[in-house]
Amino acid sequence: MHDNDQAMREFAKTLALPEFEETAFTKPPPLREARVAIVTSAALHRIDSPKWKVEDFHFETLPHDARDLKLGHLSPNFDRAGFAADMNVVYPVDRLQELSDQGVIGSVANYHYAFAGNQPEGLSALRLDTGPACAQKMREDGVDVVLLTPV
Amino acid sequence: MCTLAHVFEAAGLSTVVISSIRDVAERMRPPRVLHAEFPLGLPLGKPRDAAYQHRVLEAAFAMLERPSGPVLVDFPETIQSRGGEPLECPLPPRYDPNLHPAIDEAQALRAAYDRAVAKTGRTSVGRVSNADQIPAALEKFVRIAEGEAWDQVGFEGTPMQVVHDIRAYYEELACELVADEPIPAWGAERWFYDKTEAGKVLLTARRTLKESGADRPIWFFMAPGSRQ
Repeated sequence: MHDNDQAMREFAKTLALPEFEETAFTKPPPLREARVAIVTSAALHRIDSPKWKVEDFHFETLPHDARDLKLGHLSPNFDRAGFAADMNVVYPVDRLQELSDQGVIGSVANYHYAFAGNQPEGLSALRLDTGPACAQKMREDGVDVVLLTPV
Repeated sequence: MCTLAHVFEAAGLSTVVISSIRDVAERMRPPRVLHAEFPLGLPLGKPRDAAYQHRVLEAAFAMLERPSGPVLVDFPETIQSRGGEPLECPLPPRYDPNLHPAIDEAQALRAAYDRAVAKTGRTSVGRVSNADQIPAALEKFVRIAEGEAWDQVGFEGTPMQVVHDIRAYYEELACELVADEPIPAWGAERWFYDKTEAGKVLLTARRTLKESGADRPIWFFMAPGSRQ
């Protein structure tokens, strides 16, 4: 028996985290009109795209209909078989499509995005470079709402 | 995820974070957090359970109706990772007694792996070793377990990267072998390290490296941190 999750949660308490003096807040349109994208930290990439390298802080752009995805996140400290069995448990593209088909959400974005979790200390790339660049791409796609899923 | 939520929201997007570690979400205060006390790696809770995943999404999207933030809501259901059983997954009998049991096993499981890939159209194997190379990758860990230096066995990449491919090979085929049955949290990990010959070799090699004084990053990430 082991409880790796509890150990990781205890470890997280020791991590230094970036500070945000204020929390920005954007009021969304009604959900039935909202266009929704997924952003995950699972380091997903398509089979024919370059593999994630060590200290690689780019983000991947994943077409909504792409299902040939690989889990690039190398850490052994999470349940990896869930993604192997059903990618929706990390990256719920099929669930979003169902919600769109049912009219619960307005539409699904053309593209979703994947980052790697091992970002440099201070998360400066996310704050100043890749994060704003990803936001710009989503705005160009007409996205209103972003669902962020961790691994 | 919390950092990106701050950045995206400031850029005019509305965000909902599904959180796996409550302490981080509390400290970072992104606009909307649904904390789900699920095993790490399963932010939607349960693979192969679309209804459960939809309940998580419903709770997440309900937060968009809040007039202001930051707000953190706990998903009312939790999923325990402590004390579970290994996946009930069959292993092949010995076939070639001249091979190490782990190599014999990996070869015998190849057909199941191929069926898994044919069914899902995807695989996470291939970081440094493809499926054809898994038995040879295991043979390198057998040599390490027997005392050979890790940097003398001819790895492509690091041990951690090679283990990623071996575990992906085994866990993907395990999901195929149990057909459409539920995959309990950490069940495939327990099956791999506790039941398979490959998992046993990796744990033995990891202990050997640790005891030989190898740098911690070389051996530590060959298994979850709580493994000995």
